[in-house]
Amino acid sequence: MEPRSEGADRRPVLAVVDYGAGNLTSVLKGLSAAGANPFVTVDPAQVAEADGVVVPGVGHFAATRNINDEMRVALCAATTARPVLGVCLGLQFLFEGSEEAPDVPGLDLLPGHCFLLPKTQKVPHVGWNTVEVSVESRILRGVPDGSSFYFTHSYAAPVTDVCVGWTTYTVPFASVIEVGNIYGAQFHPEKSGEVGLTVLRNFVALARS
Amino acid sequence: MLAKRLIACLDVRDGCVVKGVQFEQLANAGDPAALARRYNVEGIDELVILDVTATLEKRRALDRTLRAVSAELFIPLAVGGGIRSEDDAAAAIDAGADKVALNSAALEDPALVTRLAARYGSQAVVVAIDAKLEAGSGKPEAGSRQPEAGSYAVFSRSGSTRTPREAVEWAREAVDRGAGEILLTSIDRDGTRAGFDCELTAAVSSAVSIPVIASGGAGTFDHFYDVFTAGRADAALAASVFHFAEHAVSDLKTYLHNRGVPVRIPHSALRTPHSAPRTPRP
Repeated sequence: MEPRSEGADRRPVLAVVDYGAGNLTSVLKGLSAAGANPFVTVDPAQVAEADGVVVPGVGHFAATRNINDEMRVALCAATTARPVLGVCLGLQFLFEGSEEAPDVPGLDLLPGHCFLLPKTQKVPHVGWNTVEVSVESRILRGVPDGSSFYFTHSYAAPVTDVCVGWTTYTVPFASVIEVGNIYGAQFHPEKSGEVGLTVLRNFVALARS
Repeated sequence: MLAKRLIACLDVRDGCVVKGVQFEQLANAGDPAALARRYNVEGIDELVILDVTATLEKRRALDRTLRAVSAELFIPLAVGGGIRSEDDAAAAIDAGADKVALNSAALEDPALVTRLAARYGSQAVVVAIDAKLEAGSGKPEAGSRQPEAGSYAVFSRSGSTRTPREAVEWAREAVDRGAGEILLTSIDRDGTRAGFDCELTAAVSSAVSIPVIASGGAGTFDHFYDVFTAGRADAALAASVFHFAEHAVSDLKTYLHNRGVPVRIPHSALRTPHSAPRTPRP
């Protein structure tokens, strides 16, 4: 980790939690481009020290089994003081659980269970889809209503009162969440062009402040 | 609404784009990163780097290209051509590719699809299928696995080697083995600019639950409309058609939008014909 400096151009140190769910190269590149100094970790102590935390991940919900109890405690503790962003599977992990792996508990920071998208259209849901911005939020500052982001997932989180942006693919689901220090994006902001970078810059700014 | 994707394919040899490009104001038309940047501004939804290198320096040149492109572009990036093994795939992904497209390697070792899906997730594994309409007559010999006349035979090794597989069946097997997308190329149409093979594309797209990217034959804007409607394609890939004109990608998206096909039109690609340059914001 680089020494911290003060000021509006400070690059906040972001812990990116590695639990073996896919490739982290793109997430790291996106966060760096958005002005952060990200590093990959499996160490709860490093999560406790970072300015912000990112829980990425693609694939099966069962992969979150690799997040051990110490890391779960560290992630929950982090949300009391610093911003935590779940991306894709990382967003789903913030909820109570998912029907994809009913025996694996989620972090239970948010009420609700993730569900399989109805197979009346192709599942997985892959490609660019629009996000309806339902209320003003910090994470979507500067993001126009109806902007397109890149998705690739089969399971989704329910639209609840923590949802600040939602998307419809057969059914509506929560594509962006925000409550307190907890943020989540079902899409991949690191693969969603300029508007995706705006979301990442917003998160980096939150980690900086 | 989920948009139909337009994917630009860059054929790259030894780090340079090999197909001629005619963009004005592009200092180095052979530079993949410069071309990728241009497409990104135009609103391309995804890029495929197709490695057609045949030298020993292959991987190093490909890695440099992937690193250069992924360093500044934040849209999905796939790599195809020459991914023969798990190590090749790992190298491409480490260099910045989000997806790897397997063709001959998947036909020779279908379990490679499963291994890569387990390691990187299905979304990172594209199975590329090169298919050709069977012109033969009569039924195949009893017990043979030869595709019947009127079906589509799968070819490997850049279309040079006919395999005993049939395209729809191979696509289904690829899904079962963990593929996240199918990149489907019509050998009959490739390079003809006569239009995508909508029958082939619809047959495969209807048979699988994952996205099908149509490739081969793009020549006019109509061809894209046809493959997104009659062809049931989820995405369409082209190379040279995007080189025709300065604004081919954004003009094509406007055309599709006006015909009712859902497409993504990012802010950077919004323009009106013959408009003056925008006034810079303070």
